Amino acid sequence: MTALETVHAIEFRHITKRFGKVVANDGIDLTLDRGEILALLGENGSGKTTLMNMLSGIYFPDEGEILVGGKPAAIRSPKDAYANGIGMIHQHYKLVDVFTAAENIALGLHDGGRLDRREIAARVQAISDKYGFGIDPNKKVYDMSVSEKQTVEIVKVLYRGADVLILDEPTAVLTPQETERLFAILRTMKADGKAIVIITHKLHEVMAISDRVAVLRKGQYIGAVNTAETDPQALTDMMVGHAVTLNIDRPDPVDPKPRLTVEGLTVLDAEGVKKLDGVGFTALGGEILGIAGIAGSGQRELLESIAGLYPIAAGSIRYTPDGAGPQELVGKTPMQIKQAGVAMAFVPEDRLGMGLVGGMGMTGNMMLRSWRRGKGVFVDRKDPNALALKVKESLEVVTPSVDFPVRRLSGGNVQKVLVGREIASSPTVLMSAYAVRGLDINTSYTIYNLMTEQKKKGVAVIFVGEDLDVLLELCDRILVLCGGKVSGVVDARTATKEQVGLMMTRVGGKEGA
Amino acid sequence: MINQSPVLLLIMAAVLNGTPLLFGTVGEILSEKSGNLNLGVEGMMYMGGAMGLGAAFYYEQLSGGSASGIVAVLLAILFSFLGGAFGALIYSFITITLRANQNVTGLALAIFGTGAGQFIGEYMRVTSGGYVAISNELKAVFANSPFPAALQKLPVVGPLLFGQNIFVYLGLAVAVVMAVFLNRSRAGLYLRAVGESPATADAAGINVTRNKYLATVIGGGISAIGGMVYITTIAGCVWNHEGLAGEGWLAVALVIFCLWRPLNAIWGSILFGGLMILYLRLQVPFIPDQLYKILPYVVTVIVLIFTSLRNSKDKQPPASLGLAYFREER
Repeated sequence: MTALETVHAIEFRHITKRFGKVVANDGIDLTLDRGEILALLGENGSGKTTLMNMLSGIYFPDEGEILVGGKPAAIRSPKDAYANGIGMIHQHYKLVDVFTAAENIALGLHDGGRLDRREIAARVQAISDKYGFGIDPNKKVYDMSVSEKQTVEIVKVLYRGADVLILDEPTAVLTPQETERLFAILRTMKADGKAIVIITHKLHEVMAISDRVAVLRKGQYIGAVNTAETDPQALTDMMVGHAVTLNIDRPDPVDPKPRLTVEGLTVLDAEGVKKLDGVGFTALGGEILGIAGIAGSGQRELLESIAGLYPIAAGSIRYTPDGAGPQELVGKTPMQIKQAGVAMAFVPEDRLGMGLVGGMGMTGNMMLRSWRRGKGVFVDRKDPNALALKVKESLEVVTPSVDFPVRRLSGGNVQKVLVGREIASSPTVLMSAYAVRGLDINTSYTIYNLMTEQKKKGVAVIFVGEDLDVLLELCDRILVLCGGKVSGVVDARTATKEQVGLMMTRVGGKEGA
Repeated sequence: MINQSPVLLLIMAAVLNGTPLLFGTVGEILSEKSGNLNLGVEGMMYMGGAMGLGAAFYYEQLSGGSASGIVAVLLAILFSFLGGAFGALIYSFITITLRANQNVTGLALAIFGTGAGQFIGEYMRVTSGGYVAISNELKAVFANSPFPAALQKLPVVGPLLFGQNIFVYLGLAVAVVMAVFLNRSRAGLYLRAVGESPATADAAGINVTRNKYLATVIGGGISAIGGMVYITTIAGCVWNHEGLAGEGWLAVALVIFCLWRPLNAIWGSILFGGLMILYLRLQVPFIPDQLYKILPYVVTVIVLIFTSLRNSKDKQPPASLGLAYFREER
């Protein structure tokens, strides 16, 4: 950035956006220059994505104006954004699975006419070679890894001649190695004079990649700092408003004893591919066992196998209740396993999917666990209602009423309902997957504390997570999965992130998933 | 006609019976490729049949004996298309603009269209003295081959290639054009993107609503031409109560059978057409007609089982088929 450069690539002038009564962006002023990477930092709901959606034409500001290259621009659609050289890579990739990379890239670019696949493929190849993407234009999207799909999204934006690239949480689903590769590409593009915005709430990535950090909090613009002149603690303070210790409370396990012993667990999916291969470990009561791994390494299958939802090809899962001998869980129905005391707070990617019925209220969802208890044909609503009220109170679930459809609650509240219900059944084993995915820091801590409380009660907590920082601070031990095999078990108090990251990709020989 | 073997006759009959199906299927493929599962094909074909026959009938009445066969055919095509397009437009408004459930709306359209078609047909019948029929000269234009007799008299290939009625050739042309449109043109790629992932298409600047409306309305029109073809060829240009014998439902099944590919629809419709009339040509004692008549559906179920087992990503229905699209607000 030279002193001569007076015209900003992008300039937001007092941008305000409201959704009904909620002010998502409140008078934001922000600039972006060519040849820089700006990190846009903020908690969930702080308005980062909304602000960038106005740049990419998804929303239109209620007040204020956006200047592109010093001139006011009315960006009313993604097409307008491309016309202004702006492209956004969304968090959820917008790709058509059955199309090739080239077809996806050319989508919507010209109206009518013949589709010249060869010409498009040649242009895609040229861009790929220039920045070192290494993508095959004729590969179908459904055959691609997450990282490849992201690459297609980036090439799509470049193909449209974008000089301003916005990446919304680009590293959420990437392995550390893939993230490094992405960052290398971003640096190449920066050197090429592109202006890049990366939306994130991962502080270490902000420190690693950005030149400047702009912080939003509850729709307000807090300020921008040069990355070189700040540190994670200062950024966290800006982001949350008050100092939040980065340390998660982690008491030492008291009297840990084997609760769940898994030996040689092997499962096959519908196509006969091994999803778990000889997995063995012991989960102790009174500790949190973290499970790390690249998305799709068998975490889901492992939890579902324990809960009795996945067909098991070989191996044993033994459960040891208090004051009794071990009992075999393989071959039991989910109901029997549940009654034995193994609870599962499985939070899949879409949150509502497996755990809750979106159209029902909290009461109805509480009832899903207790419907067997009633007598006769009519359901008993009194107890579930009381439980719903209790969960609402103790976990501070924000909902107009316990009969309000959970589908319309925010992500954090949905998770609280789900976790609250599972804990209410006083389990001895509590399993959760991606319990904090997409949650802001404060809500995440609420969930962490819930897990820790259960651990203190002597529950064996199994916590599948994706943020290694959290796993290393929350858990007592971490089991690392790689391609369905156990890559190793480490002590979370002494292990380093690099160590775990490497274990995530090592076993099985091939990288990534 | 010379030297016609039973096999040749069966093939000819299969093609004749398959042609209404071909229109119905190709139209429904276009609609489904945009993500709209329109179960109202039967209704639209009824409306098309009544409107098409009505157009030819009233045109002949008004022209006072000097009716041109080509004009009658064109009018029948135009009005049957409009009839189906109108039905599809109602469906589109309800499912695309109002985002109602597609299955329910499609079934309602099937019932509505059947009733509307019957109403128009019965109105024509009653007001014209109990019998709707056009003159034999015009009928011949609808039912006979447009090619010179010399070509038709060639052995085997004569009747097979040149002896079909005009709608067979039109149907083939529509199917081929549809295949080229969907796979070779940008507009076709965009339309498929809308059916696969409307959010993606929307973000790429493609007008999802316009694509869905156009595909569904034009597709409905094409399907409806099939109804007219049935009435003017198989039913002999006479309106009767039996109507279309479920061709519209069969078309919905055929779309699945041919894996949403217009070129597959060509041989698929001939196969289904053959299966439909097999009971007339290949009678085995003790096997009732009804068992023959379920053959097309049995074949569809078998195809469904096999495509599900193979689980090939390329042979699946459009990913957002049956789902309404609206831009997500936070």
